[in-house]
Amino acid sequence: MNTSATRNLTAEILDAQQPFDVAVDSRKQAWEQFRQLELPTGKNEEYRFTPVTRYLEKNFTWKTDNPESTLSSVQECLIPQLDANVIVLVNGRYNASLSKISSPQSEVTITPLSEAFRTGHPAIKEHYNKHLNNQSDACAALNSAAWQEGVFIYVGKNTVVGKPIFILQLNDASQSQVITQTRVFAVLEKDSSVAVIEKSDTTGNQFAFHNFAEEWIVSEGAHLEYCKIQNDAGKVCQVSNSVIYQANNSKLNTFTLTLNGQLIRNNLNILIDGENCESHFYGLYLLTGTTHADNHTVVDHRKPNSFSNEMYKGIMDGNSKGVFNGKIYVRPHAQKTNAFQSNRNIIVSDSATINTKPQLEIWADDVKCSHGCTSGQLDEEALFYLRSRGISETNAKAMLLYAFAAEVLAPIQNETLKVYLDNLIAERLHKNF
Amino acid sequence: MLNIKNLQAKIGEKQILNGINLKVNAGEVHAIMGPNGSGKSTLASVLAGREEYEVTEGQVDFLGKNLLELSPEDRAREGIFMAFQYPVEIPGVSTINFMKTALNQIREYRGQQALDAVSFLQMMKEKMKLVEIDQSLLNRSLNEGFSGGEEKRNEIFQMAMLEPKLALLDETDSGLDIDALRIVANGVNKLRNKNNAVVVVTHYQRLLDYIVPDFVHVLYKGKIVKSGTKELALELEAKGYDWIKSEATVA
Ligand SMILES: Nc1ncnc2c1ncn2[C@@H]1O[C@H](COP(=O)(O)OP(=O)(O)O)[C@@H](O)[C@H]1O
Ligand SMILES: [Mg+2]
Repeated sequence: MNTSATRNLTAEILDAQQPFDVAVDSRKQAWEQFRQLELPTGKNEEYRFTPVTRYLEKNFTWKTDNPESTLSSVQECLIPQLDANVIVLVNGRYNASLSKISSPQSEVTITPLSEAFRTGHPAIKEHYNKHLNNQSDACAALNSAAWQEGVFIYVGKNTVVGKPIFILQLNDASQSQVITQTRVFAVLEKDSSVAVIEKSDTTGNQFAFHNFAEEWIVSEGAHLEYCKIQNDAGKVCQVSNSVIYQANNSKLNTFTLTLNGQLIRNNLNILIDGENCESHFYGLYLLTGTTHADNHTVVDHRKPNSFSNEMYKGIMDGNSKGVFNGKIYVRPHAQKTNAFQSNRNIIVSDSATINTKPQLEIWADDVKCSHGCTSGQLDEEALFYLRSRGISETNAKAMLLYAFAAEVLAPIQNETLKVYLDNLIAERLHKNF
Repeated sequence: MLNIKNLQAKIGEKQILNGINLKVNAGEVHAIMGPNGSGKSTLASVLAGREEYEVTEGQVDFLGKNLLELSPEDRAREGIFMAFQYPVEIPGVSTINFMKTALNQIREYRGQQALDAVSFLQMMKEKMKLVEIDQSLLNRSLNEGFSGGEEKRNEIFQMAMLEPKLALLDETDSGLDIDALRIVANGVNKLRNKNNAVVVVTHYQRLLDYIVPDFVHVLYKGKIVKSGTKELALELEAKGYDWIKSEATVA
């Protein structure tokens, strides 16, 4: 493998370009955007703390053909007792035999994204690639240029999808390195409603790079419940670019849980392009070992009278690194905006770190905005209080950390999902009593 | 039960306790009084095992064990309980959900079986009655938005649940109106028996009308400068602390 000092990965990727099975008009323009942006270096302010490019240069040969996976069951990746539509991508390919769509066509269309392009679904022409941050993020542009497969979701107007949609993305790096580029494109028409859970898993001992992007169009009066679970066991670098576009009177709840992976970067962009919208976006990162997780969020208030509330929390143990950057934009005519943000962190070990930065840019004058960032150790007073009641130091710590973390589960609607997440958190924080 | 000899403690470079001697036997009630800043809370905290304080001299024997060697949790398991002057807020942890863990860890330490959910609930109901506390308070995040009275009542509820051998009540009367004071004091009195002991730290005589002490000690500048019976508390109430201060300075 080349040494990182002499590699120009952007050029290598451009050279390795290959024609795709599915014709997508915008790919060509996206390649051009990628060429101009180039993969981010340490000089790029947005990636200052998160060396994605260096990681890729060090660990990957750029080739686009992934090994066939021999996985025959995904049972252990599913959420027990959750009655959901399941769609599975393995190593950047749709896996029909592991997927199971049970909601009727009249409620929702769930297909591989390639199929939606092949059949020319009208929603593609209307919305595809309209809002993704291709102009600013090289990984987003690369995804738009080179996605291998994805998931298409379409919910017609006035329709409530009864069962949640569970999107499982697996990287099987047991035979060789894997580079997956996948995409979700979803449209919720007027007054529709759906819940989605995205989960990623990486197995095997080789390196995996998962460059993911997604666009969610939440039309007028529609309601999206969104949950992302990042709990990859293997050596994965995941970059995830998510854009959620909200029209008038729409409602959004997002929850992002990061537990595992080597290098995780989430760009969550919420475009509030309507009045009377409500968005809650919550996140939790519980990091151990050498995991590095970076959550960059943007909420862009473009219209008046909407409400957003962001709460991200993190606990850093071991040698882990956490990064949080939260931008709130309130555009000049977005009067009467209410926007709240909080990011709270607890550092458990001496060698873990957190970099946190709120960024508020407010051009309107009649708004209510607040933000707060805290980073610190566990509250010694609280610890002593619990110990003075006879609780061991280990259990008292676990109890306090769990209480701190579990608060972000409050808005989750689906009880089965909530119990599952609660167990993951309790297990990670050793609250086994 | 408790035997404190020449106890000295500091925090940072600040010496706070300057040689405390105190003996408490089973069945007794001791009151510790004294002006603000004299070291009363420090004494209670050192006994409960708060780690910011460094003990520089002295011994504390509790039921034959060297108390100063034990972790805070082991002190609680041996039977020490401190009701905090300023109970800490713990968001997301309710009294109910940590009491069960506390009680069972204490029971485990003593070689007793863990209480099952039903017996725990039954015990809780009983103790709730004793201190006239409402279940809804016990379900809320600990001390978050509690009134002064609710905080103190909750402390006594925990004491009732854990059935300590030695209870240290640090200013449990402060911030209470007369009704709340009576309820809290009644709770403490109902928990008293010949096998346990109570040390009441207070500023005022009025709590001692309800929890009647066998001995009263005056702490000043980190030392017990005077000891007596309950009449001493009345004298302090009438005359204030100035005469004690001047006596102490002369001595
Ligand atoms: N954590 C601390 N840090 C610094 N000084 C302290 C601390 N705790 C107590 N002190 C000091 O020790 C002295 C005794 O305090 P305390 O024990 O709270 O007195 P009391 O309870 O009798 O009012 C006071 O001068 C107080 O300021
Ligand atoms: Mg005090």
